[in-house]
Amino acid sequence: MPERSDGVSISVTVNGRRHQAEIEARLLLVDFIRENLNLTGTHIGCDTSFCGACTVLLNGSSVKSCTVLAVHAAGGEVTTVEGLAKDGELHPIQQAFKDHYALQCGYCTPGLLMSTCHLLARNPNPTEKDIRKAIAGNCCRCTGYQNIYDAIADAAARVSAARAAGTHGGRAAASAEAR
Amino acid sequence: MHPGPFRYHRAASLEEAAVMLQQLGEDARPLAGGQSLVPLMKLRLAGPTDLVDLAFVPGLSYVRHEDDGGEIRFGALTRHAEIADSGAAARFPILHDCAAGIGDVQVRNRGTIGGSVAEADPSGDWAPVLLTHVTEIRCVGPGGERTVALRDFILDAYTTALGPGELVREIVMRAPPHEDGERIGGAYIAAKRCAQVYATASAAVRLTLAGDVCRDVAIYLGAVALTPVEVTAAAEALRGRALTRETIEAAADAARSGGDPQPDMRGSAEYKCALATALVKRAIEIAARRARGEQVEVSHEYA
Repeated sequence: MPERSDGVSISVTVNGRRHQAEIEARLLLVDFIRENLNLTGTHIGCDTSFCGACTVLLNGSSVKSCTVLAVHAAGGEVTTVEGLAKDGELHPIQQAFKDHYALQCGYCTPGLLMSTCHLLARNPNPTEKDIRKAIAGNCCRCTGYQNIYDAIADAAARVSAARAAGTHGGRAAASAEAR
Repeated sequence: MHPGPFRYHRAASLEEAAVMLQQLGEDARPLAGGQSLVPLMKLRLAGPTDLVDLAFVPGLSYVRHEDDGGEIRFGALTRHAEIADSGAAARFPILHDCAAGIGDVQVRNRGTIGGSVAEADPSGDWAPVLLTHVTEIRCVGPGGERTVALRDFILDAYTTALGPGELVREIVMRAPPHEDGERIGGAYIAAKRCAQVYATASAAVRLTLAGDVCRDVAIYLGAVALTPVEVTAAAEALRGRALTRETIEAAADAARSGGDPQPDMRGSAEYKCALATALVKRAIEIAARRARGEQVEVSHEYA
Protein backbone atom coordinates (compact mmCIF):
# COMPACT_ATOMS: atom_id res chain seq x y z
CA MET A 1 0.00 0.00 0.00
CA PRO A 2 1.38 3.44 -0.86
CA GLU A 3 2.10 5.81 2.04
CA ARG A 4 -0.08 8.56 0.68
CA SER A 5 -2.87 8.74 -1.82
CA ASP A 6 -2.12 10.73 -4.93
CA GLY A 7 -2.92 14.41 -4.88
CA VAL A 8 -5.68 15.42 -7.25
CA SER A 9 -6.77 18.88 -8.29
CA ILE A 10 -10.53 19.36 -8.29
CA SER A 11 -12.91 22.17 -9.05
CA VAL A 12 -16.33 21.90 -7.39
CA THR A 13 -19.22 24.30 -7.12
CA VAL A 14 -20.73 24.12 -3.62
CA ASN A 15 -23.91 26.08 -2.89
CA GLY A 16 -23.26 28.20 -5.96
CA ARG A 17 -19.63 29.03 -5.09
CA ARG A 18 -16.76 27.57 -7.04
CA HIS A 19 -13.90 25.97 -5.09
CA GLN A 20 -10.54 24.85 -6.42
CA ALA A 21 -8.64 22.42 -4.20
CA GLU A 22 -5.72 20.03 -4.09
CA ILE A 23 -6.94 16.97 -2.25
CA GLU A 24 -5.82 13.45 -1.47
CA ALA A 25 -7.61 11.02 -3.75
CA ARG A 26 -8.95 9.11 -0.74
CA LEU A 27 -10.66 12.17 0.75
CA LEU A 28 -14.40 11.57 1.17
CA LEU A 29 -16.88 14.15 -0.05
CA VAL A 30 -18.25 14.62 3.47
CA ASP A 31 -14.76 15.45 4.79
CA PHE A 32 -14.10 17.82 1.91
CA ILE A 33 -17.35 19.62 2.77
CA ARG A 34 -16.81 19.69 6.53
CA GLU A 35 -13.02 20.00 6.88
CA ASN A 36 -11.87 21.81 3.74
CA LEU A 37 -14.88 24.10 3.29
CA ASN A 38 -15.86 24.29 6.97
CA LEU A 39 -19.51 23.64 6.11
CA THR A 40 -20.38 21.59 9.18
CA GLY A 41 -24.13 21.44 8.62
CA THR A 42 -23.63 18.13 6.83
CA HIS A 43 -23.28 15.55 9.60
CA ILE A 44 -21.42 12.27 9.90
CA GLY A 45 -23.62 9.75 11.69
CA CYS A 46 -22.88 6.09 11.15
CA ASP A 47 -20.07 6.67 8.64
CA THR A 48 -21.05 3.36 6.98
CA SER A 49 -23.59 4.48 4.36
CA PHE A 50 -26.53 3.54 6.56
CA CYS A 51 -27.99 6.53 8.40
CA GLY A 52 -28.18 9.22 5.74
CA ALA A 53 -27.17 12.14 8.01
CA CYS A 54 -24.46 13.04 5.47
CA THR A 55 -26.89 13.29 2.52
CA VAL A 56 -26.15 16.13 0.07
CA LEU A 57 -27.16 16.79 -3.52
CA LEU A 58 -24.47 16.00 -6.09
CA ASN A 59 -25.48 17.29 -9.53
CA GLY A 60 -29.06 17.45 -8.29
CA SER A 61 -29.26 13.88 -6.92
CA SER A 62 -29.12 12.88 -3.28
CA VAL A 63 -26.01 10.94 -2.27
CA LYS A 64 -24.48 9.79 0.98
CA SER A 65 -21.37 11.95 1.08
CA CYS A 66 -19.58 9.53 3.43
CA THR A 67 -19.66 6.99 0.58
CA VAL A 68 -18.57 9.22 -2.29
CA LEU A 69 -14.96 10.19 -2.95
CA ALA A 70 -14.52 13.94 -3.25
CA VAL A 71 -12.82 13.40 -6.62
CA HIS A 72 -16.19 12.19 -7.94
CA ALA A 73 -17.57 15.70 -7.39
CA ALA A 74 -14.90 17.17 -9.70
CA GLY A 75 -16.49 19.48 -12.23
CA GLY A 76 -19.85 19.06 -10.49
CA GLU A 77 -22.26 20.92 -8.27
CA VAL A 78 -22.93 20.13 -4.64
CA THR A 79 -25.78 21.50 -2.54
CA THR A 80 -25.55 21.16 1.23
CA VAL A 81 -28.06 22.16 3.90
CA GLU A 82 -26.32 25.56 4.07
CA GLY A 83 -27.46 26.16 0.50
CA LEU A 84 -31.18 26.02 1.33
CA ALA A 85 -31.90 29.26 3.22
CA LYS A 86 -31.58 32.48 1.22
CA ASP A 87 -30.95 35.90 2.76
CA GLY A 88 -31.88 34.66 6.21
CA GLU A 89 -35.17 33.22 5.01
CA LEU A 90 -35.66 29.51 5.59
CA HIS A 91 -36.38 27.30 2.60
CA PRO A 92 -40.05 26.17 2.64
CA ILE A 93 -38.88 22.63 3.42
CA GLN A 94 -36.95 23.88 6.45
CA GLN A 95 -39.91 26.00 7.56
CA ALA A 96 -42.23 22.99 7.29
CA PHE A 97 -39.87 20.88 9.43
CA LYS A 98 -39.79 23.66 12.02
CA ASP A 99 -43.55 24.16 12.03
CA HIS A 100 -44.28 20.43 12.41
CA TYR A 101 -41.67 19.84 15.13
CA ALA A 102 -40.10 17.33 12.75
CA LEU A 103 -36.89 17.21 14.73
CA GLN A 104 -35.76 16.70 18.28
CA CYS A 105 -31.98 16.41 18.56
CA GLY A 106 -31.65 17.56 14.94
CA TYR A 107 -28.68 15.39 14.08
CA CYS A 108 -30.41 13.62 11.15
CA THR A 109 -32.22 16.74 9.98
CA PRO A 110 -29.74 18.04 7.37
CA GLY A 111 -29.87 14.67 5.62
CA LEU A 112 -33.65 14.50 5.76
CA LEU A 113 -33.93 18.02 4.34
CA MET A 114 -31.69 17.11 1.39
CA SER A 115 -33.58 13.86 0.76
CA THR A 116 -36.78 15.90 0.75
CA CYS A 117 -35.23 18.29 -1.81
CA HIS A 118 -34.44 15.31 -4.05
CA LEU A 119 -37.98 13.93 -3.69
CA LEU A 120 -39.89 17.18 -4.30
CA ALA A 121 -37.77 18.12 -7.31
CA ARG A 122 -38.94 14.93 -9.02
CA ASN A 123 -42.33 14.34 -7.46
CA PRO A 124 -44.13 17.54 -6.45
CA ASN A 125 -47.18 15.67 -5.11
CA PRO A 126 -45.87 12.62 -3.24
CA THR A 127 -48.20 10.10 -1.62
CA GLU A 128 -47.49 8.89 1.90
CA LYS A 129 -45.96 5.76 0.37
CA ASP A 130 -43.73 7.90 -1.87
CA ILE A 131 -42.57 9.85 1.18
CA ARG A 132 -41.83 6.69 3.17
CA LYS A 133 -39.79 5.28 0.30
CA ALA A 134 -37.98 8.59 -0.25
CA ILE A 135 -36.64 8.75 3.31
CA ALA A 136 -36.02 5.01 3.80
CA GLY A 137 -32.31 5.83 3.66
CA ASN A 138 -32.48 8.38 6.48
CA CYS A 139 -32.58 7.25 10.10
CA CYS A 140 -34.10 9.37 12.86
CA ARG A 141 -33.69 7.94 16.35
CA CYS A 142 -35.81 10.57 18.13
CA THR A 143 -39.06 11.37 16.43
CA GLY A 144 -40.68 8.13 15.32
CA TYR A 145 -40.99 9.75 11.87
CA GLN A 146 -44.66 10.80 12.01
CA ASN A 147 -43.89 14.50 12.28
CA ILE A 148 -41.32 14.12 9.51
CA TYR A 149 -43.94 12.65 7.17
CA ASP A 150 -46.31 15.47 8.10
CA ALA A 151 -43.61 18.07 7.44
CA ILE A 152 -42.67 16.62 4.06
CA ALA A 153 -46.31 16.43 2.95
CA ASP A 154 -46.75 20.06 3.97
CA ALA A 155 -43.43 21.02 2.37
CA ALA A 156 -44.68 19.58 -0.91
CA ALA A 157 -47.64 21.95 -0.84
CA ARG A 158 -45.44 24.90 0.13
CA VAL A 159 -42.84 24.20 -2.57
CA SER A 160 -45.59 23.88 -5.20
CA ALA A 161 -47.03 27.21 -4.07
CA ALA A 162 -43.57 28.83 -4.12
CA ARG A 163 -42.95 27.40 -7.56
CA ALA A 164 -46.24 28.83 -8.85
CA ALA A 165 -45.39 32.21 -7.31
CA GLY A 166 -41.76 32.11 -8.50
CA THR A 167 -40.51 32.78 -4.96
CA HIS A 168 -37.73 31.29 -2.84
CA GLY A 169 -37.90 27.50 -2.54
CA GLY A 170 -39.71 27.06 -5.80
CA ARG A 171 -36.65 28.11 -7.74
CA ALA A 172 -34.35 25.80 -5.77
CA ALA A 173 -36.62 22.85 -6.44
CA ALA A 174 -36.93 23.74 -10.09
CA SER A 175 -33.17 23.99 -10.56
CA ALA A 176 -32.69 20.54 -9.06
CA GLU A 177 -35.44 19.24 -11.32
CA ALA A 178 -33.74 20.62 -14.40
CA ARG A 179 -31.09 17.91 -14.06
CA MET B 1 -13.22 6.57 8.81
CA HIS B 2 -11.19 6.92 5.64
CA PRO B 3 -10.08 4.53 2.95
CA GLY B 4 -6.43 3.58 3.17
CA PRO B 5 -4.06 5.34 0.79
CA PHE B 6 -4.07 4.30 -2.83
CA ARG B 7 -2.71 5.54 -6.13
CA TYR B 8 -5.41 7.14 -8.24
CA HIS B 9 -5.76 6.72 -11.99
CA ARG B 10 -8.53 8.38 -13.95
CA ALA B 11 -9.40 6.39 -17.07
CA ALA B 12 -10.66 8.17 -20.20
CA SER B 13 -11.98 4.98 -21.80
CA LEU B 14 -12.65 1.38 -20.83
CA GLU B 15 -9.86 0.24 -23.14
CA GLU B 16 -7.42 2.48 -21.30
CA ALA B 17 -8.74 1.27 -17.93
CA ALA B 18 -8.27 -2.36 -18.98
CA VAL B 19 -4.64 -1.77 -19.91
CA MET B 20 -4.04 0.16 -16.67
CA LEU B 21 -5.55 -2.61 -14.56
CA GLN B 22 -3.51 -5.30 -16.27
CA GLN B 23 -0.28 -3.34 -15.85
CA LEU B 24 -0.97 -2.41 -12.22
CA GLY B 25 -1.57 -6.01 -11.19
CA GLU B 26 -4.13 -7.79 -9.06
CA ASP B 27 -4.06 -5.32 -6.14
CA ALA B 28 -5.55 -2.65 -8.40
CA ARG B 29 -9.34 -2.30 -8.51
CA PRO B 30 -11.75 -0.52 -10.85
CA LEU B 31 -14.10 2.03 -9.24
CA ALA B 32 -17.58 2.65 -10.67
CA GLY B 33 -20.35 4.01 -8.39
CA GLY B 34 -18.41 3.04 -5.28
CA GLN B 35 -21.41 2.03 -3.20
CA SER B 36 -19.82 -1.30 -2.24
CA LEU B 37 -16.12 -0.62 -2.73
CA VAL B 38 -15.90 2.67 -0.81
CA PRO B 39 -17.51 1.23 2.37
CA LEU B 40 -15.28 -1.86 2.09
CA MET B 41 -12.21 0.38 1.78
CA LYS B 42 -13.31 2.50 4.76
CA LEU B 43 -13.68 -0.63 6.87
CA ARG B 44 -10.27 -1.77 5.53
CA LEU B 45 -11.87 -4.97 4.25
CA ALA B 46 -10.49 -3.92 0.87
CA GLY B 47 -7.13 -2.21 0.46
CA PRO B 48 -6.32 -1.78 -3.21
CA THR B 49 -2.92 -0.24 -3.98
CA ASP B 50 -4.40 1.46 -7.02
CA LEU B 51 -7.86 2.60 -8.03
CA VAL B 52 -8.69 2.96 -11.70
CA ASP B 53 -11.59 5.39 -11.74
CA LEU B 54 -14.22 4.63 -14.38
CA ALA B 55 -16.58 7.40 -13.27
CA PHE B 56 -15.39 9.86 -15.92
CA VAL B 57 -15.52 7.44 -18.85
CA PRO B 58 -18.14 8.92 -21.19
CA GLY B 59 -20.90 7.11 -23.05
CA LEU B 60 -21.52 4.20 -20.68
CA SER B 61 -24.72 5.37 -19.03
CA TYR B 62 -27.79 4.41 -21.07
CA VAL B 63 -30.78 2.09 -21.34
CA ARG B 64 -31.65 1.30 -24.95
CA HIS B 65 -34.53 -0.86 -26.02
CA GLU B 66 -35.99 -1.57 -29.39
CA ASP B 67 -39.61 -0.72 -29.97
CA ASP B 68 -40.62 -4.34 -30.33
CA GLY B 69 -39.26 -4.88 -26.84
CA GLY B 70 -36.96 -7.64 -27.99
CA GLU B 71 -33.66 -6.46 -26.60
CA ILE B 72 -32.57 -4.12 -23.84
CA ARG B 73 -29.02 -2.86 -23.55
CA PHE B 74 -27.68 -1.32 -20.36
CA GLY B 75 -24.43 0.66 -20.32
CA ALA B 76 -22.24 -0.59 -17.48
CA LEU B 77 -22.24 2.76 -15.66
CA THR B 78 -26.03 3.19 -15.74
CA ARG B 79 -27.22 3.96 -12.23
CA HIS B 80 -30.05 1.96 -10.65
CA ALA B 81 -32.20 5.11 -10.37
CA GLU B 82 -31.89 5.77 -14.11
CA ILE B 83 -32.99 2.23 -14.88
CA ALA B 84 -35.96 2.53 -12.51
CA ASP B 85 -37.09 5.66 -14.39
CA SER B 86 -36.43 4.24 -17.88
CA GLY B 87 -38.93 3.32 -20.57
CA ALA B 88 -37.55 -0.22 -20.48
CA ALA B 89 -38.55 -0.56 -16.83
CA ALA B 90 -42.06 0.66 -17.68
CA ARG B 91 -42.22 -1.97 -20.41
CA PHE B 92 -40.63 -4.78 -18.36
CA PRO B 93 -41.92 -4.36 -14.79
CA ILE B 94 -39.45 -6.94 -13.40
CA LEU B 95 -36.70 -4.37 -14.12
CA HIS B 96 -38.57 -1.76 -12.12
CA ASP B 97 -39.17 -4.24 -9.27
CA CYS B 98 -35.41 -4.65 -9.02
CA ALA B 99 -34.01 -1.20 -9.83
CA ALA B 100 -36.43 0.81 -7.70
CA GLY B 101 -35.77 -1.27 -4.59
CA ILE B 102 -32.00 -1.69 -4.46
CA GLY B 103 -30.57 -0.09 -1.33
CA ASP B 104 -32.11 3.31 -0.65
CA VAL B 105 -32.61 6.40 -2.82
CA GLN B 106 -29.08 7.67 -2.24
CA VAL B 107 -27.49 4.32 -3.11
CA ARG B 108 -29.64 3.99 -6.25
CA ASN B 109 -28.46 7.46 -7.30
CA ARG B 110 -24.81 6.29 -7.30
CA GLY B 111 -24.67 2.51 -7.70
CA THR B 112 -24.36 1.07 -11.22
CA ILE B 113 -25.70 -2.10 -12.84
CA GLY B 114 -22.25 -2.96 -14.22
CA GLY B 115 -20.64 -2.61 -10.80
CA SER B 116 -23.35 -4.76 -9.24
CA VAL B 117 -23.04 -7.55 -11.81
CA ALA B 118 -19.22 -7.49 -11.70
CA GLU B 119 -19.17 -7.62 -7.90
CA ALA B 120 -21.30 -10.80 -7.90
CA ASP B 121 -22.41 -10.41 -4.30
CA PRO B 122 -24.46 -13.51 -3.36
CA SER B 123 -27.27 -11.18 -2.27
CA GLY B 124 -27.05 -8.86 -5.27
CA ASP B 125 -30.40 -8.06 -6.85
CA TRP B 126 -29.61 -7.84 -10.56
CA ALA B 127 -28.30 -11.33 -11.28
CA PRO B 128 -31.42 -13.36 -10.37
CA VAL B 129 -33.59 -10.94 -12.37
CA LEU B 130 -31.39 -10.93 -15.47
CA LEU B 131 -30.96 -14.71 -15.36
CA THR B 132 -34.70 -15.24 -15.86
CA HIS B 133 -34.20 -13.74 -19.32
CA VAL B 134 -31.50 -14.34 -21.93
CA THR B 135 -28.69 -12.09 -20.73
CA GLU B 136 -25.19 -11.57 -22.04
CA ILE B 137 -22.32 -9.56 -20.61
CA ARG B 138 -20.22 -7.67 -23.11
CA CYS B 139 -16.71 -7.38 -21.69
CA VAL B 140 -13.68 -5.39 -22.74
CA GLY B 141 -10.18 -6.42 -21.75
CA PRO B 142 -6.56 -5.82 -22.70
CA GLY B 143 -6.99 -8.40 -25.47
CA GLY B 144 -10.18 -6.96 -26.91
CA GLU B 145 -13.90 -7.62 -26.53
CA ARG B 146 -15.88 -10.76 -25.84
CA THR B 147 -19.40 -11.68 -24.88
CA VAL B 148 -20.20 -14.09 -22.05
CA ALA B 149 -23.63 -15.48 -21.17
CA LEU B 150 -24.58 -14.31 -17.67
CA ARG B 151 -25.08 -17.92 -16.57
CA ASP B 152 -21.42 -18.57 -17.42
CA PHE B 153 -20.28 -15.21 -16.03
CA ILE B 154 -21.04 -15.69 -12.33
CA LEU B 155 -18.73 -18.45 -11.11
CA ASP B 156 -18.94 -18.18 -7.33
CA ALA B 157 -19.51 -15.63 -4.58
CA TYR B 158 -17.72 -12.42 -5.59
CA THR B 159 -16.15 -14.32 -8.49
CA THR B 160 -16.85 -13.79 -12.18
CA ALA B 161 -15.40 -14.89 -15.50
CA LEU B 162 -13.70 -11.49 -15.86
CA GLY B 163 -9.98 -11.97 -16.51
CA PRO B 164 -7.13 -9.68 -15.40
CA GLY B 165 -7.92 -6.15 -16.50
CA GLU B 166 -11.26 -7.16 -17.98
CA LEU B 167 -14.30 -4.93 -17.42
CA VAL B 168 -18.03 -5.01 -18.10
CA ARG B 169 -19.00 -2.69 -20.97
CA GLU B 170 -22.65 -3.53 -21.56
CA ILE B 171 -25.39 -5.85 -20.36
CA VAL B 172 -27.76 -7.15 -23.02
CA MET B 173 -31.07 -8.69 -21.95
CA ARG B 174 -33.52 -10.36 -24.33
CA ALA B 175 -36.93 -11.85 -23.87
CA PRO B 176 -36.70 -15.63 -24.35
CA PRO B 177 -37.95 -17.01 -27.68
CA HIS B 178 -41.74 -17.10 -27.85
CA GLU B 179 -44.50 -17.55 -30.41
CA ASP B 180 -46.96 -14.91 -31.55
CA GLY B 181 -49.84 -14.81 -29.11
CA GLU B 182 -47.76 -16.03 -26.18
CA ARG B 183 -47.38 -13.54 -23.39
CA ILE B 184 -44.46 -12.97 -21.05
CA GLY B 185 -44.68 -11.70 -17.49
CA GLY B 186 -42.06 -11.32 -14.82
CA ALA B 187 -41.75 -10.31 -11.18
CA TYR B 188 -39.00 -9.86 -8.62
CA ILE B 189 -39.59 -9.66 -4.90
CA ALA B 190 -36.81 -9.20 -2.36
CA ALA B 191 -37.51 -9.34 1.37
CA LYS B 192 -35.15 -7.39 3.57
CA ARG B 193 -35.06 -5.92 7.07
CA CYS B 194 -34.80 -2.31 5.91
CA ALA B 195 -33.81 -0.29 2.84
CA GLN B 196 -30.08 -0.16 3.44
CA VAL B 197 -29.36 -3.89 3.76
CA TYR B 198 -29.15 -6.75 1.31
CA ALA B 199 -32.10 -9.09 0.90
CA THR B 200 -32.68 -11.96 3.31
CA ALA B 201 -34.07 -13.86 0.34
CA SER B 202 -35.37 -12.93 -3.08
CA ALA B 203 -37.24 -14.57 -5.94
CA ALA B 204 -37.31 -13.74 -9.64
CA VAL B 205 -39.88 -15.37 -11.93
CA ARG B 206 -40.43 -15.13 -15.69
CA LEU B 207 -43.44 -16.87 -17.20
CA THR B 208 -44.33 -17.43 -20.85
CA LEU B 209 -48.05 -18.11 -21.09
CA ALA B 210 -49.96 -19.67 -23.99
CA GLY B 211 -53.49 -18.94 -22.92
CA ASP B 212 -53.71 -20.26 -19.38
CA VAL B 213 -50.95 -22.78 -19.90
CA CYS B 214 -47.44 -22.08 -18.69
CA ARG B 215 -45.45 -22.89 -21.81
CA ASP B 216 -42.10 -21.84 -20.35
CA VAL B 217 -40.84 -20.51 -17.01
CA ALA B 218 -37.64 -19.54 -15.22
CA ILE B 219 -37.44 -19.26 -11.43
CA TYR B 220 -34.33 -17.98 -9.61
CA LEU B 221 -33.65 -17.42 -5.92
CA GLY B 222 -31.22 -14.80 -4.63
CA ALA B 223 -29.38 -14.47 -1.30
CA VAL B 224 -29.88 -18.13 -0.32
CA ALA B 225 -26.66 -19.56 -1.77
CA LEU B 226 -23.23 -18.39 -2.96
CA THR B 227 -24.68 -17.60 -6.39
CA PRO B 228 -28.24 -17.17 -7.68
CA VAL B 229 -30.02 -20.53 -7.75
CA GLU B 230 -32.16 -21.72 -10.61
CA VAL B 231 -34.97 -23.79 -9.10
CA THR B 232 -35.59 -26.21 -11.94
CA ALA B 233 -37.86 -28.44 -9.84
CA ALA B 234 -40.16 -25.48 -9.28
CA ALA B 235 -40.14 -24.66 -12.97
CA GLU B 236 -40.95 -28.28 -13.86
CA ALA B 237 -43.97 -28.15 -11.57
CA LEU B 238 -45.39 -25.42 -13.82
CA ARG B 239 -44.10 -26.10 -17.31
CA GLY B 240 -46.80 -27.36 -19.67
CA ARG B 241 -49.51 -27.03 -17.02
CA ALA B 242 -52.32 -24.60 -16.42
CA LEU B 243 -51.59 -22.07 -13.68
CA THR B 244 -53.85 -23.04 -10.80
CA ARG B 245 -53.57 -22.65 -7.05
CA GLU B 246 -52.38 -26.28 -6.88
CA THR B 247 -49.66 -26.00 -9.53
CA ILE B 248 -48.42 -22.69 -8.12
CA GLU B 249 -48.24 -24.13 -4.61
CA ALA B 250 -46.44 -27.21 -5.91
CA ALA B 251 -43.86 -24.97 -7.57
CA ALA B 252 -43.42 -22.87 -4.43
CA ASP B 253 -43.00 -26.02 -2.33
CA ALA B 254 -40.34 -27.26 -4.71
CA ALA B 255 -38.45 -24.00 -4.15
CA ARG B 256 -38.14 -24.72 -0.42
CA SER B 257 -35.14 -26.99 -0.92
CA GLY B 258 -33.72 -24.98 -3.83
CA GLY B 259 -31.33 -22.83 -1.84
CA ASP B 260 -28.59 -23.63 0.65
CA PRO B 261 -28.85 -20.62 2.94
CA GLN B 262 -26.50 -19.93 5.81
CA PRO B 263 -27.98 -18.93 9.16
CA ASP B 264 -26.88 -15.39 10.02
CA MET B 265 -28.13 -12.14 11.50
CA ARG B 266 -30.78 -11.99 8.76
CA GLY B 267 -32.39 -15.27 9.84
CA SER B 268 -32.05 -19.02 10.30
CA ALA B 269 -31.68 -21.37 7.35
CA GLU B 270 -35.21 -22.68 7.96
CA TYR B 271 -36.62 -19.17 7.98
CA LYS B 272 -34.89 -18.28 4.71
CA CYS B 273 -36.18 -21.45 3.02
CA ALA B 274 -39.72 -20.70 4.17
CA LEU B 275 -39.33 -17.10 3.03
CA ALA B 276 -38.10 -18.20 -0.41
CA THR B 277 -41.17 -20.44 -0.75
CA ALA B 278 -43.52 -17.57 0.01
CA LEU B 279 -41.68 -15.19 -2.32
CA VAL B 280 -41.76 -17.69 -5.21
CA LYS B 281 -45.50 -18.19 -4.79
CA ARG B 282 -46.19 -14.46 -4.84
CA ALA B 283 -43.79 -13.78 -7.69
CA ILE B 284 -45.48 -16.46 -9.84
CA GLU B 285 -48.90 -14.99 -9.12
CA ILE B 286 -47.78 -11.46 -9.97
CA ALA B 287 -45.88 -12.55 -13.10
CA ALA B 288 -49.03 -14.35 -14.29
CA ARG B 289 -51.23 -11.31 -13.67
CA ARG B 290 -48.77 -9.14 -15.55
CA ALA B 291 -48.61 -11.61 -18.45
CA ARG B 292 -52.38 -11.22 -18.71
CA GLY B 293 -51.97 -7.46 -19.00
CA GLU B 294 -52.70 -6.39 -15.44
CA GLN B 295 -50.67 -3.57 -13.86
CA VAL B 296 -49.30 -4.80 -10.54
CA GLU B 297 -46.90 -2.76 -8.43
CA VAL B 298 -44.37 -4.66 -6.35
CA SER B 299 -40.91 -3.97 -5.05
CA HIS B 300 -38.54 -4.82 -2.25
CA GLU B 301 -40.36 -5.40 1.01
CA TYR B 302 -39.17 -4.61 4.49
CA ALA B 303 -39.96 -6.95 7.37
